[in-house]
Amino acid sequence: MRYMDKSIEELHELLVKGEVTSDELVKESLERSHEIQEKCNAFVTILDDAKGCEVTESLLSGIPYGVKDNYSTKDILSTGSSNTLKDYVPFFNATSIDNLDRAGAVKVNKTTLDEFGMGGTGTTAHTGVQKNPWDRTRICAGSSSGSAAAVAAGVYPYALGTDTGDSIRKPAAYCGIVGYKPTYGMISRYGVFPFASSLDHLGALTRSVRDAAIVVDAMKGIDPNDMTSWDSSKMDLLGACTGEVKGKKLCYIKEICNIENYPNASEELKLHLENFHKTLEICKSLGMEVEEVSVDRKLLNAIYSVYRVIHSAEASSNMSNLTGIIFGPRGKGENYIEMIKDHRTNGFSPLIKRRFVIGSYVLQKENKERYFNNAQRARRLLVDTWKDLFKKYDAVLNPVGIGPAKKFEDLDIKYDDNTIALDEHLQIGNFGGFPSISIPDGFVNDLPVSICITGNCYDDENVLNIAYALESAMDYKGQVVKEVK
Amino acid sequence: MGKYLAKIGLEMHCEVSETNTKVFSAAENSYKDTPNCNVSAVDMAFPGTLPVVNKEAVRLALMASMILKCSQPEYFFFERKNYYYPDLPKGFQTTQETKPIPSGIYGEVEFECNGELKKVRVNNLHLEEDAASLDHYYSTSNIDYNRAGVPLLELVTEPDIHSADEAVAFLEHMRSVYQYAGISEADSKKGQIRCDVNISLMDASLDESDPNNWGTRAEIKNVNSFGGVRDAINYEIVRQSEILDNGGAVEQETRRWDEESGTTIYMRSKVDAIDYKYFVEPNIPKFKISQEWLDEIRASIPELAMDRKKKYIEQYGLSEYDAGVIVKEKCVSDYFEECLKLNMNAKTAANWLTVQIIAYINKYEIELKDFYLTPVLLNQIITELDKGTISSKQAKEIFFKSLEENKEPKTFITKDNAQISDEGVLNDIISNILANNENQVNEYKSGKTNLFDYFVGQVMKETRGKANPNIVKEILKGKLDN
Repeated sequence: MRYMDKSIEELHELLVKGEVTSDELVKESLERSHEIQEKCNAFVTILDDAKGCEVTESLLSGIPYGVKDNYSTKDILSTGSSNTLKDYVPFFNATSIDNLDRAGAVKVNKTTLDEFGMGGTGTTAHTGVQKNPWDRTRICAGSSSGSAAAVAAGVYPYALGTDTGDSIRKPAAYCGIVGYKPTYGMISRYGVFPFASSLDHLGALTRSVRDAAIVVDAMKGIDPNDMTSWDSSKMDLLGACTGEVKGKKLCYIKEICNIENYPNASEELKLHLENFHKTLEICKSLGMEVEEVSVDRKLLNAIYSVYRVIHSAEASSNMSNLTGIIFGPRGKGENYIEMIKDHRTNGFSPLIKRRFVIGSYVLQKENKERYFNNAQRARRLLVDTWKDLFKKYDAVLNPVGIGPAKKFEDLDIKYDDNTIALDEHLQIGNFGGFPSISIPDGFVNDLPVSICITGNCYDDENVLNIAYALESAMDYKGQVVKEVK
Repeated sequence: MGKYLAKIGLEMHCEVSETNTKVFSAAENSYKDTPNCNVSAVDMAFPGTLPVVNKEAVRLALMASMILKCSQPEYFFFERKNYYYPDLPKGFQTTQETKPIPSGIYGEVEFECNGELKKVRVNNLHLEEDAASLDHYYSTSNIDYNRAGVPLLELVTEPDIHSADEAVAFLEHMRSVYQYAGISEADSKKGQIRCDVNISLMDASLDESDPNNWGTRAEIKNVNSFGGVRDAINYEIVRQSEILDNGGAVEQETRRWDEESGTTIYMRSKVDAIDYKYFVEPNIPKFKISQEWLDEIRASIPELAMDRKKKYIEQYGLSEYDAGVIVKEKCVSDYFEECLKLNMNAKTAANWLTVQIIAYINKYEIELKDFYLTPVLLNQIITELDKGTISSKQAKEIFFKSLEENKEPKTFITKDNAQISDEGVLNDIISNILANNENQVNEYKSGKTNLFDYFVGQVMKETRGKANPNIVKEILKGKLDN
């Protein structure tokens, strides 16, 4: 077994005992990075000159990790997987990177993403398509695709992600690992390239719930540079993972989780939902109550449009700083308008440009009320509905996606409209800023699938503890892709 | 004119210069000649940077809002105004839209214009960030980010102004308010004040209070001096009058003031108006403005020009004119306040300030803050003058000598040149002189009274001009007329 297949706590113990050195871990992680780069195309940059560091009391000290390439890393190329920043080297760190530096964590690579986090397929990075280590004919989902693939393939125990709709939790699910995004503002966003500021979350991709708690414990903290950050110093995520969950109340949404909603269900979908209901039984066996609740289907069907409208609007504005004038490759042209046009036309992928057009459209005076303002209202209704659920329940459980990772060749297939809410409900976690974690709960056709656990804002400890208890009752903790074929 | 009544509204942008840092970043907020030295990653919109609101800027915006008699918001928040321009690093300006309520809405300003009291309604006041400044050359343009992110207050008036004179008087009044309230230096030489002017003409015989009678307005952008505002308004009144006289219609359009030609130039029509796609800045959570904070701010509003003027007239007995001259510039009034604190005779200090000092700084084109004779130093002269130790002629000489040599006035008030006011000393001197000029004394007593000046002259000669002439005259009269 490779060291890099182990958990953070196992590695820390080995380091403290002197059975392995930080340098040895870094070396193994770098070698593994190059292997996975060749097979999956998971990295924008591999930091071959990375060095081990002193092992301290900090659980993360001396242990390698990966950074999604939309985090600013001082003196290290940070591209957002976009041609508009293909040579951009920040002169400052994201606050969360500073926090991890202080904990002694060792960066070994920068992972690919769907350009600026926009997209759910891992196919729009400027460095090319990103493949799933379980089956390279399949996608990893996105946008934290490189991070998910690398952690699943045993490059290191954890990597950082960002999650605006489901960008940590879905790729984690498709790669059979854990993906956790804490409450909005628990981790400072300063220095992370924005996609849609009101929805953007930072978080971690790991192979166990405890590892996710350890990483976010180190990343979090109030930041004077981010007005939306808050003081979580009294919160101990790892300490909250006790496994004591008897009497916790959980619910799932009938309109999302039951097979009757999907008359045209594929075999995969049937198996996925069967597996989900099996997981509910495990929850019950742990002494938790699980109830079925009903939410207006109309509201659920609005999730996709609400998400699309709000993120497109915010993204079109957030990325207006990418003009090639101050940073990024300078465009060609006779005047600044031509220069900006050239930079943006050649720099962005078609997917992003499409969303900019949508974003501008929904914000235009004559459309704003109908699209943007209504999307905000529907967002509020959805969040209020979930908040009502949290009055009664500790967490809402739902399956992640409509099955395991899709094949690249199937990406253009139009899916059943009935499944929109099932495929998109993770976005509610972003609408409300709720803590949300996906953990693997089984296999469908030999490919991993996951369950998502979402709780109320600031209730991260509870959510992680439930996830930890459930994880401990199943066989998927710490799973690594055996062999990338 | 006559036929038409001009309706003029102003958008006055004034940089808030009195905060330490910029409105959303930690970069220094100060005017610098060296480009790009007050810049942070936030000001240049490097990816991942976020705005952090400067509380002091908000405090000053709310203070301005109170002075303008506006209503203040319950919640403070910002919005993005999206457009591309090379001076705008983020691709949007962080500002406040008018709804629901920015830093202030619906206020009123009273000001004086040619001795008449005028009123202008304020539509709203909002806090926003300034853009970078651009220098255009033949084939290139330079961008200076020092100004990017400097807090800016935009004051929008209703079209209650009717002439260029009124517009300029209003702007001067507001400049004074900003200066006195400690919000801004409001120095248009530093580009701290910029205006947009909208102007329309209506039939002067119709009812002004009915907006249906108003004409179509043109907006003139980027007028950067008060003189420019005056000229642009006067130009535009003529331009629009001519159109109307010829039976034409004024187009709703945006024009640009061109200082060089002294004309307004067409920029864009209403149909080309930019859609700024406003939405609430998600990186700045709405924050509640507490009543306590508002009360605290209200209590901290400094004395404004009008208050000081009243005080000078009523408490210190200055003339309306002198009080007006002193409060016109805050630095002058501050100087005078210092004088009052030093218990200087108010009228004497006012006289020196309005005559000698203002003339001096105007002549040498220096600023009062750089003027060598601070109130404390001036006090050295005035104290001696009050005591009668020196004559007013000497005082003036000491004043200029002190400025010439940059030495404290007291170095020139020595025993040597001090005025002799001691009656005992003078009495002895005079008795001697009279004893030595018996003939002249007799002539005087027999009616040749014009010899009086002869005796004064002798005393002055004896004391090398230092005798206090008033006392000398009194003693002489006493001795000769008995």
